[in-house]
Amino acid sequence: MKQLIKLSACLLLIISATSCVHLKEYQKSRLNDSEMALTNRKVEKNELNFQSYREAASGANAGKTGGGCGCN
Amino acid sequence: MKKKFLSVIGFAILCRFQVYSQVRTDTARLPKPAYTSLYTPVGQDTSNYNPRRLRIDEIDLVSSYYTQTGDHSAVMGGIPGPAGTQNVTDFSNGLNLNLVWLNQANNKNTLSVGLGYDHHSSASAAYVALNGGGKPGGTRIYPSLDWTVENAKTGGTFGIGLYYSGEYNYKSKGIDFHWSTKTNDKSGEFGVKLQGYFDQVTQILPSELITTPAASQGGSTYTITTASGVVETLSSSGQVISSSKNTLPTSPRTTLTAAFSYSQQINSRLQVMFLGDIVAQSGDLGLPFHRVYFNDSDTSIAKVEKLPSSRVKVPVGVRLNYFLGDDIILRTYYRYYIDNWGTRSNTASIEVPYKVTPFFSVSPFYRYYDQTAAKYYAPYREHSVTDTYYTSNEEYAKFNAGFYGVGFRIAPPNGVFGMHNFHELEIRYGHYTQTTDLVSDVVSLSMGFK
Repeated sequence: MKQLIKLSACLLLIISATSCVHLKEYQKSRLNDSEMALTNRKVEKNELNFQSYREAASGANAGKTGGGCGCN
Repeated sequence: MKKKFLSVIGFAILCRFQVYSQVRTDTARLPKPAYTSLYTPVGQDTSNYNPRRLRIDEIDLVSSYYTQTGDHSAVMGGIPGPAGTQNVTDFSNGLNLNLVWLNQANNKNTLSVGLGYDHHSSASAAYVALNGGGKPGGTRIYPSLDWTVENAKTGGTFGIGLYYSGEYNYKSKGIDFHWSTKTNDKSGEFGVKLQGYFDQVTQILPSELITTPAASQGGSTYTITTASGVVETLSSSGQVISSSKNTLPTSPRTTLTAAFSYSQQINSRLQVMFLGDIVAQSGDLGLPFHRVYFNDSDTSIAKVEKLPSSRVKVPVGVRLNYFLGDDIILRTYYRYYIDNWGTRSNTASIEVPYKVTPFFSVSPFYRYYDQTAAKYYAPYREHSVTDTYYTSNEEYAKFNAGFYGVGFRIAPPNGVFGMHNFHELEIRYGHYTQTTDLVSDVVSLSMGFK
């Protein structure tokens, strides 16, 4: 499972490193869709908090990295 | 013959007039003469005029109900079974208000005012008092303030945020500075956030470990101090005569974070973001009411968990979103985490929103998580009294976890339920399990108003 995850991460990096095209504004309709935003959903906010309380790892997701509460 | 000739001439003249009207220059679009009236006619085009006054841009409400079961509570040293209950319910609510205005330079200013309120009940908290009679719940209030300025020409931003969190055993004050800039073609964005939390951990000890005299007798009355610091004077019959809150000592905890992000549009369907943090913590990094039992001493005697006074964490992550076809979006995320306490962790998640209609989507999701054990962790009664640092909090144990569920999003152009200002509604359910036998469910609701 770990190897699969690491391989998937490498593939994601390779895909993202392929040619980036310059887009005109009218070509960005799909990228501007609210579901395509590169952020957590507002409704996920409390889920991120619960996960930081129960897991040792945190951060790199625009959520808590530590401190601010009686958690890790 | 004469009538036909005149008809042809008349038709030709009409055609010439038609052509003349089509090529004639519209004098209404000619430059105006040098003299200009101060009178502004009604209906003049004002599309280039931007109002600068303060206005409410968006109001967001997020509520969640969380319920959890488990039986290896850190309060009871990780003991398995009913005594180690980890049953928790939590009702979290957050309100966020976005105010926007334009300054003299036409830059957009955004002021986000937030207020959070959580109420939780924790079965393990009752066992801070060894007889299980402690307070099983509490509340947390956490206001926040963020001011961000966006440069109208470059799209770059700069901002500052202030945070506070208060609950009965923990107080936190936080501040952050954030900055971002876009690439020349506006397809990429780089961001930096520097954040600091300056916390105070109230030293609430397990009842059997309170070193100060818990009871004293004076005449016909006697005085006790509870684990939460309340001093009560009781009569000989046990009736409370007076009660006053004692001030328990606190211990500081500091968390400093540098967070970096870079996002890039790859093509018309694909965009990616790389994230990385460097986190340094110092001070009291444990909790004073977490017990540890040892294998080579009197097993009925516990100590408070002891952890190093410094910790460095480095999580790195990547998000990749892809618009597949016309109705399906793939939202993926991966994170690798490492810290100097020996924990290594992988997190991977995928969410697949399906647009049933342009305004209604269904989003099933799955998240996988695994971690190795921290160097200072050992299960119940497996620590030695000679260990320098020790904890039996299963948050630091080796385990895998899975989190799956589904979300629904409604955002019709005329507003949810026909209410024009109610522009978005999201409902989401998730089920979480750990291989430590901890299980939880969470239901969340988000409402957006404009």
